[in-house]
Amino acid sequence: MTRALKKRLKATALWLTTFVLMIVMCVPGLWVVLSAFRPNREILAKPPVWVPQDLTLRNFTKIFGIGEETVAIPVLSYFWNSLVIATTSTVIALIIGMAGGYAFARFRFRFKNAWFLGLMLFRTVPGIALSLPVFMLWSRLGIIDTQMGLIIVYVSLNVPFTVWLIDGFFRQIPMSLSEAAQVDGCTRWQAFWKIEFPLAKSGIAAAGVFAFLTSWNEFALASQLTRSTDSKTLPVGLMDFTSQFTIDWAGMCAMAVIIIVPALILTFLVQKHLIAGLTFGGVKG
Amino acid sequence: MTRFFRTRQAALTPLLLLSPAILTMLFVVAIPLVFSFYTSLTPYRLTRPETIETFIGFRNYVRLWEDAAFWAAFWRTILFLVIALNVEFLLGLGIALLINKITWGQRTLRTIMMFPMMFSPILVGFQFKFIFNDNIGIVNNALQSMGIIDFAIPWLVDARLAMFSIIFAEVWMSTSVFAILLLAGLFAMPRDPLEAAKVDGCNAWQTFRHITLPFIMPFAFIAMTIRSLDVARAYDIVQVMTDGGPAGRTELLWTLIARVGYENARMGQANAMAYVSTILSIAFTYFFFTKLVAARRYMGGAE
Repeated sequence: MTRALKKRLKATALWLTTFVLMIVMCVPGLWVVLSAFRPNREILAKPPVWVPQDLTLRNFTKIFGIGEETVAIPVLSYFWNSLVIATTSTVIALIIGMAGGYAFARFRFRFKNAWFLGLMLFRTVPGIALSLPVFMLWSRLGIIDTQMGLIIVYVSLNVPFTVWLIDGFFRQIPMSLSEAAQVDGCTRWQAFWKIEFPLAKSGIAAAGVFAFLTSWNEFALASQLTRSTDSKTLPVGLMDFTSQFTIDWAGMCAMAVIIIVPALILTFLVQKHLIAGLTFGGVKG
Repeated sequence: MTRFFRTRQAALTPLLLLSPAILTMLFVVAIPLVFSFYTSLTPYRLTRPETIETFIGFRNYVRLWEDAAFWAAFWRTILFLVIALNVEFLLGLGIALLINKITWGQRTLRTIMMFPMMFSPILVGFQFKFIFNDNIGIVNNALQSMGIIDFAIPWLVDARLAMFSIIFAEVWMSTSVFAILLLAGLFAMPRDPLEAAKVDGCNAWQTFRHITLPFIMPFAFIAMTIRSLDVARAYDIVQVMTDGGPAGRTELLWTLIARVGYENARMGQANAMAYVSTILSIAFTYFFFTKLVAARRYMGGAE
């Protein structure tokens, strides 16, 4: 009896510790979200106002220019740029990554590990270091401050990791399945689309979400390769709220919420597959 | 004849499939890197475009060698990475072990844990700039309201505290990568060796040290490799939190590159620095990747 009780107590303590830890982890994010619904004067109040007195949507209507004569910061076009750039680069990276990942998962060829490592090492070039030559070359090509300029860069940013993930997903599918289909008269191409692709589909979607988020969140390259509303993305736009002496905290918090909400929803949808892909199918979660 | 054709085709197919990936990396990364290397051998300034044609050999690199600000940023970056990666690994391991023990609500906890991973680094920087603000930040406000301090702690103004705040933000953002992957390792672990150890009379520490830890090390190396692929995203955090200040005391290699290249328009010099930072990143990734391959081989092909 006492032993059971002790065990139970121990489990509760463990759970509480973890729970508190998680709360601590979430507080910074939640505080920003809460502040997005508070007016600036309450955020700046001294002594601090702990319990929100008036929650408002005004920060959001303001940055989207609803009920305003002039829009100070064109968040809507930043949002559109982000969406177009992230989606396009994701689709292209997925197509390239699927071909590459399939090659690594299903074929033996010379210098296979070296190719894989080489691909990864290209990914590791720091964004800001890469931005210098890309900035110079893109200016010469005249694609500075265009959506296309950024899309090209983001495709190359996403390809290595997409290959890594998709390689992992294809390896989880037994080779015998597609071989059986080929014995039954399918070509390899048909076997791929009818057997292997449907099985790897959710994994590929997870890789797509990961690529989308990488582009959606990128700052170092975007901040140098974009100038105007033609191509500025949301993370770069966030810096518009800071001028030399003042910071519009409430506006920035609202903008932060706009950036984070799509990311959280997408992550939530594919989290299981994402972990599985990263660990080469080591998990059965 | 057909057989010959078949084998030829079999050897070509993977390369054909890989070629779009290779071409992309060639055009967007390799060629710019070559161009970058050439530029680092010139005194190129953005304000004087003709200077790109002057060849000065390795003078930019020699200048780097003697540049105190560069070395300060270089060692600060190394220190930053060593501290951040170690803390992230240890914290991540702790969290993974805790969550592994929990039976109720495990899924929810795992989901919550993934959230920081999906924050844009620039958002993480902003978030902690907001939270550590000396005047209106929640940290100072809470400490003052509870009566622990009666003055404002200058979190982002004092050099040491600013570095601490930056590392805190970095750890907050990246610990979950380790936690998630180590947890995946714990889930994948077979039960038998653990039971055998129990029967043989191992205590909890011995079991952990000699069975659990070796088993999850490949997962730790996966996490390390993924992290080292984009360690440079700390640039975003520093950029928004302190912009390298106060007085250059939180300047990392990456912020220094941006300052020299874009603000001072000294592209030649900045490219030389960029090369050093690229080699540093490649060394990190290569190191962890070989560790990963070795650990996987040791595990007997857990791939």
